[in-house]
Amino acid sequence: MPNFFTDNVDIQFHFQHLDLREVCELIENGYAYAADFPYAPTDYDDAKENYRRVLEIVGDIAANYIEPRAAGVDEEGAHLENGKVTYAKGTQENLAQLAKADLMGMILPYKYGGLNIPFSVYCVAVEIASRADASLMNLFGLQDIGDCVCKFGDDDQRAEFIPGFASGRYTGAMVLTEPDAGSDLQAVKLQAVQNPKGGWNLRGCKRFITNGNGEVLVVLGRSEAGTKDARGLSMFVCHRDETVIVRRIEHKLGIHGSPTCELQFNDTPAQLIGKRKLGLIKYTLDLMNRARMGVSAQALGISQAAYEEALKYAREREQFGRTIINIPAVANMLIEMRVLLEAGRALLYRAAYMVDLKERMENRVEALKAEGKSTAELGNRLKEVVKVAGFLTPVCKYFLTEGANKIAYDALQVHGGTGYMREFKVERLVRDARITNIYEGTSQLQIVAAIGGAVTDVMAEFFAEKEAKTYQGGLASLAEQLKGIRELYKECAQTVSERRDSSFHDVAARALVELYSAALIGYHLLDDAERDDRKVFIANRYILNAVAESQRNAALIKHAVFSDILHAQKILV
Amino acid sequence: MLSSLVLVKQVPDTANISGKVMNDDGTVNRAKLPAVFNAEDRVALELALRLRDRYGGKVTAITMGPPRASDVLRECLYMGADEVCLITDRKFAGADTLATSYVLGRAVRKLGTFDFILGGRQAIDGDTAQVGPQTAEKLGLPQVTYAEEIRDVSDGYATIKRKIDGGYEVLRARLPVLVTVIGEAAVPRPYSAKRVMQYKNARTLIELEKLADDNSLLYSDRLVHEAKAKNLFIQTFTMDDVDVEPERCGIKGSPTKVHKIESVVLAGGDHARIEPTKEGLGKLIDALARDHLFG
Repeated sequence: MPNFFTDNVDIQFHFQHLDLREVCELIENGYAYAADFPYAPTDYDDAKENYRRVLEIVGDIAANYIEPRAAGVDEEGAHLENGKVTYAKGTQENLAQLAKADLMGMILPYKYGGLNIPFSVYCVAVEIASRADASLMNLFGLQDIGDCVCKFGDDDQRAEFIPGFASGRYTGAMVLTEPDAGSDLQAVKLQAVQNPKGGWNLRGCKRFITNGNGEVLVVLGRSEAGTKDARGLSMFVCHRDETVIVRRIEHKLGIHGSPTCELQFNDTPAQLIGKRKLGLIKYTLDLMNRARMGVSAQALGISQAAYEEALKYAREREQFGRTIINIPAVANMLIEMRVLLEAGRALLYRAAYMVDLKERMENRVEALKAEGKSTAELGNRLKEVVKVAGFLTPVCKYFLTEGANKIAYDALQVHGGTGYMREFKVERLVRDARITNIYEGTSQLQIVAAIGGAVTDVMAEFFAEKEAKTYQGGLASLAEQLKGIRELYKECAQTVSERRDSSFHDVAARALVELYSAALIGYHLLDDAERDDRKVFIANRYILNAVAESQRNAALIKHAVFSDILHAQKILV
Repeated sequence: MLSSLVLVKQVPDTANISGKVMNDDGTVNRAKLPAVFNAEDRVALELALRLRDRYGGKVTAITMGPPRASDVLRECLYMGADEVCLITDRKFAGADTLATSYVLGRAVRKLGTFDFILGGRQAIDGDTAQVGPQTAEKLGLPQVTYAEEIRDVSDGYATIKRKIDGGYEVLRARLPVLVTVIGEAAVPRPYSAKRVMQYKNARTLIELEKLADDNSLLYSDRLVHEAKAKNLFIQTFTMDDVDVEPERCGIKGSPTKVHKIESVVLAGGDHARIEPTKEGLGKLIDALARDHLFG
């Protein structure tokens, strides 16, 4: 039986080397849960064995059930009739199966019926499911919504909402976007009015809401009448009752299985999550950062699927008397795809680990505070981890979602005209990939989110450690190349900061973030190459290519290619 | 409330063959074949679990086989079985369907009374489809073979739809009943992640003893005690546990003798053209009669 976890040699490589000791210790509360839950692990090895087995279940369901249904899901799509959204038949079956396997509450606590699994392991699951059907990620990968209620809600809210998420009885939606508040969420207008009993009612419209038909909605609304910015926004949770009308669902290029809804709230009763005014600046940002990791994992799943399709086709298709994989230009495209795929995975898993560590340490700090104990020691390290996770998240989203589009594009190219036809899966993958670098913050916004970290050299400690390290054999010269990229980055950052031109800064940010993260990813691949001979090829191709790309980015900055932005009005006739 | 017992079997994974699986003497080299849960037995377990979902009650799964057949029992636990039991003994080895059904029948009696005994139609290694019906005979129970659906259970009767040539029939059977199930009857549920996390360390006595043998720091008594305390002990029946006559077990109790195994390859060239005439049909009938396929 095929299995998308066990058949993936690169996932196996990373899973084998994934050291979750610290995260596990924290998330399992020193393995104390084992006393209350027969399925909770008793030590680290037991925990890791649990994760491996859970991923095996995900891999089995993904390969044998979800993937075979994906074409049908794409064809049928979700539909809206008489105000009721119905998922495609395959989607319904997928959800029922995942719920039966206890997989809809992977990251939720045992107490509420979840599996209490670390975020990094969940990211692998999201990747595997997305490889089978990218549109399913928008339902399976929404577990963060339950987690958000768990994290910021109170005990009553947890008891009311979380068990439903964990059992799969509820799906959720992040209800943020409005017609005039897309990338700019500060402009959200939906009114939240407190009633005399102290409860809240929501009134207004939301647009482009993924799974807006979900049973539980987490809504960003304006609680402070008369305000216009982020500080007037709060976060609410509500059941989608008869006061919430699904006005339409969108007809989209891809991810047809995921319904994108326009919602109208008519004085819908809702509960405030956490504190007033922190809706956007704290809770949404947190939720969105997690969702960005989810979309990165989705993009990686699509990349894997596209690569597999291209490789299979290139091995079977004969032209000019040979299979096309033997044509150097085609083989080269496949190698580029493979390298991009593995570079993306190396980055995603490390970033997910940092997010994991951040979440676990935050919880621990809260717990220590509640017990009245000192948090000084943990607090300092947490600050560092928060910064790193905050930087790696947008870098991941940018790199993996742009990468997915590139891989899917080339995968179709390998198919030639055939790939353009509906009969071949790669056509769907190209369409599905296209949303990943748009939603949960466009690539352009990921650059905005990442540039601060690059400029302040947030990974300085990481780089210092890697630069001090001695690499053996051929890896040593690759390490030298990475030092070169880093030098180049520093020169470019200097050049940009010396130009007192904010538009130039804005546009050059992309080149700077790419330069900065090229060295970062390069070192990860170098470390992987120390453990596995095949990975030497990956590191070599990636790093040499990164040198070329970095020189290009440096030239863009040095030659001030973007200085004509000032003349945009004249150029854009 | 219904109690169901499911007969399951571990079989060679013929779908994933790698290496040389046939020995030169024509026997199967089982070491080269990974072992899997017989697909139709898994469907039978699914039907039993659905009966429990609908009417409440308990599901027990048993298998007869070598010690490593405990793998399928763990899989039964992962899917939702309440109890499992391994029937294993060197003296059961080499059993044909007659000896197998004899031991199974005795083991079932030993385990108690059940409303349903379910099993797959047949196992993919032998493809005999005999063990289910023979076990029903040994237990003196009515049997419904080739079941597609258990529609309803009420007043001590089950309404079952079964596949027959060219269609289906719906039967009413008095409980207890033995039912063999075809693969199309249901899509088996996936493993429950929680149950996998919980039962991954469920072990039989033999497995715990081996663990103790391999590690001088462990003592099997202690391991058994711990496994029992955590509900991770898989019950095992050997010949001494079931009330059987030794000469009716294993190879001694098996009248079936394998004469020869040959690999028959149906090559594309082996065909004969039959003219659609009276003479042509006559020749076809003669040929089939000669090969004992007909008449």
